[in-house]
Amino acid sequence: MKHYELRFGGVGGQGVILAGAILAEAAVIYDGLYAVQSPTYTAQVRGGATKVDVIISDRPVIYPRATEIDFFLALAQRSYDVFHHQLKDGGIVLVDETLVTRVDEDRYRVLRVPITDLAEREIGRVVVVNAISLGLTVGITGVVSRRAIEQAVAARAPKGTVDMNLKALNLGFEQAARLGFPVEERTEEAV
Amino acid sequence: MAKEVRLWEGNHLVAEAAILAGCRFFAGYPITPSSEIAEYMAVRLPQVGGTFIQMEDEIASMGAIIGASLAGVKSMTATSGPGFSLKQENLGYACMAEIPVVVVDVMRGGPSTGLPTHPSQMDVMQARWGTHGDHWIIALAPAFIHEIFWATVRAFNLSEKLRIPVILLLDEILAHMHEGFRLPDSSEIEIVDRAKPTVPPDRYFPYDESQGDVPPLAAFFSGYRFNITGLNHDKSGFPTTNPEIIQRDMERQRRKIERHLDEILWWDEHELEGAELAVIAYGSIGRSAHAAVDRARALGIRAGLFRPITLWPFPEKRVAALAEQVRTILVPEMNMGQLVLEVERVAAGRCDVVPLGKVGGIPIDPPEILEAIKARV
Amino acid sequence: MAFDYEKYLRMERMPHMWCPGCGIGIVVKAMLRAIEKMGWSQDDVAVVSGIGCTSRTPGYLDFNTLHTTHGRALAFATGLKLARPDKHVIVISGDGDAAAIGGNHFLHACRRNIDITLIVVNNYIYGMTGGQASPTTPFGMRASTAPYGAVDPAMDICQVAIAAGATYVARGTVAQGLLLERYILNGLKHKGFSVIEAMSDCPVQYGRRNRMSSAVEMIQWIRDHGVPVTRAKELPPEELEGKFVTGELHVAERPEYTEEYRRLIEKAQKAAEGAHG
Repeated sequence: MKHYELRFGGVGGQGVILAGAILAEAAVIYDGLYAVQSPTYTAQVRGGATKVDVIISDRPVIYPRATEIDFFLALAQRSYDVFHHQLKDGGIVLVDETLVTRVDEDRYRVLRVPITDLAEREIGRVVVVNAISLGLTVGITGVVSRRAIEQAVAARAPKGTVDMNLKALNLGFEQAARLGFPVEERTEEAV
Repeated sequence: MAKEVRLWEGNHLVAEAAILAGCRFFAGYPITPSSEIAEYMAVRLPQVGGTFIQMEDEIASMGAIIGASLAGVKSMTATSGPGFSLKQENLGYACMAEIPVVVVDVMRGGPSTGLPTHPSQMDVMQARWGTHGDHWIIALAPAFIHEIFWATVRAFNLSEKLRIPVILLLDEILAHMHEGFRLPDSSEIEIVDRAKPTVPPDRYFPYDESQGDVPPLAAFFSGYRFNITGLNHDKSGFPTTNPEIIQRDMERQRRKIERHLDEILWWDEHELEGAELAVIAYGSIGRSAHAAVDRARALGIRAGLFRPITLWPFPEKRVAALAEQVRTILVPEMNMGQLVLEVERVAAGRCDVVPLGKVGGIPIDPPEILEAIKARV
Repeated sequence: MAFDYEKYLRMERMPHMWCPGCGIGIVVKAMLRAIEKMGWSQDDVAVVSGIGCTSRTPGYLDFNTLHTTHGRALAFATGLKLARPDKHVIVISGDGDAAAIGGNHFLHACRRNIDITLIVVNNYIYGMTGGQASPTTPFGMRASTAPYGAVDPAMDICQVAIAAGATYVARGTVAQGLLLERYILNGLKHKGFSVIEAMSDCPVQYGRRNRMSSAVEMIQWIRDHGVPVTRAKELPPEELEGKFVTGELHVAERPEYTEEYRRLIEKAQKAAEGAHG
């Protein structure tokens, strides 16, 4: 049985909730799996700590919130501080290394990537942080197929930005490979 | 054309289900965490020729949907705790005048402004007794995405069939989660429309007991000119203070519920066979309890789950039978103990009833429920 | 030939509950004559009210009638009108109902300019509940909750309606029933939200507390305190102190709400077709 719990944490405006939705869509629509995407909001529209849980399973998801998290993507220190507690011991924490510096190394397996810097340097747009993060997430966890996440990203990308987002997604996969995670070949037809 | 599975937000699915159930009028007022329902309706209703209006306040939106329903248009509003409080005045009117309407309450922490962005289940008693005076009402609390869809459809159908307001209770978790669901084709959905009068206008009375427990409701402007009031009324809809008429009318309204329990009551059972301990939970905590029961069974603990989807009227008979069967009923809910009061009343000392109430805006997760189960067996 | 009021009355509901000398009957008769002149079928007319003496009106009238909760008539009426924009919706309300508890609904019905006619019978008092002060009780006048005279300044319902966006606003009195009928008729003809305030008497609850215990005295007081709008324009403000201005105070053209919504539906449907095609 496949049951995987992921959490994306950031601050309002970074788009982590949308990233969670795209991952869940990849699972449900393109891979035929079950998934629940469960966000947490605050009243602060911009800048408040925010998170989204995505549970992906090959059976219907019973409880819609994550309780034993396998993978946590943290894009803001504040969000890490508030939301890391339900992570499994030994779970993976992927951080944007310029934004999150204090992580419990003894408890988690910590992976560091300068995601926002890469977005600016390689693509020239900060908005693709999410697509890079999704490439990293899928590259590291294999929780959905590469083809599924490509299709989900392409379907959600605003008009005229599909190529840019797929390029960013690919960059994420490359970074996962750099970290030592074997990555499926890119599917050409999605591009 | 068969539709594809897609990811649905709970709130959006409520709105789409309402449209498929025939809703063509929505009046609302922005309030977290229900606003996505209004936003979705603002986009979708005009596309299907319906009407969305953002009213000046919660009270007005409740009034407007009653007005539209009286003109024969299926109508809905959506709100959360503070707005639900404000709607109680006109919700009582819909009860008294027996006007079909659907009211969605996405529960958040309270009282007062409380915890606007966090889940709770604190409006369970308000859904039953929020408006003043004796009245009968139906409240449904779905837990899974498919149940959110079908509960919305059922809310409209019951409302139309029984001429009664139906409350759809969600909590913030269910409202904002996204889950995969394939929208059924309209041919897969049974739709109930309110009965129309079969008598000519001069022999039509909107509360005529001789027409059954649910007398037909003519639409305004359909040639049946009649009066509707929030005062106690006789069969013709005119005010009365005659105690016998009032007593009979209230008895009839109670019969509407009592004689249709088979259609109204809806629940899910899981692992109750041979159970020594039953968990009774609903909404998102019903899902938590389901996961906890699975873990308990894996440990060899004979626990089961009774998950009511219809909270009001309360499924008394089934819960009474459970109280005979098990030694303990555990009732986890995101409040300080509301539905547990009803469980205690029905169990009437036949088993231990243990509340597990939690507030503060975080759900009761499966490990917490499992611990409570272990402590009792 | 005498006007056939009985055509529009539910005679089986008589006698009505209003006190001898009450002005509401004069307003209702003016309204019925205006409806007759519109030539509308009774099946196509809804009369909606809230709570109070005036709000008992619909029960006596043979239309589609809706007696709602206190202050909320315009909210119910808005739903009714939006569900059937082709039909005619009239709201009849008292001063407490419309201007106090229903104040917010009043403002927003004006703002939307929805094609509903609101008739406010202003008798300065809560009559049914025992003569309590209302938002229109004149400063210094007595009520059961203003035993030393009202210290709250009175609200000018018509000025509020104009400011909030109503497109037909007129004030008449029960001392001049024919003029009142004309204003109501023009309000019914008007496409948009129309407000007709009818200054009325309550000899029992208001007059008795303010040295006008007969209906005749009260109606004389109303007649003497009304200043036609044409004359009011020529008078210095100090001469209008304690008086009220009568006549058609405001007539304007502005998009009507249900018409606008019909256009919105067309736009939304065209956009949706475009998205699919």
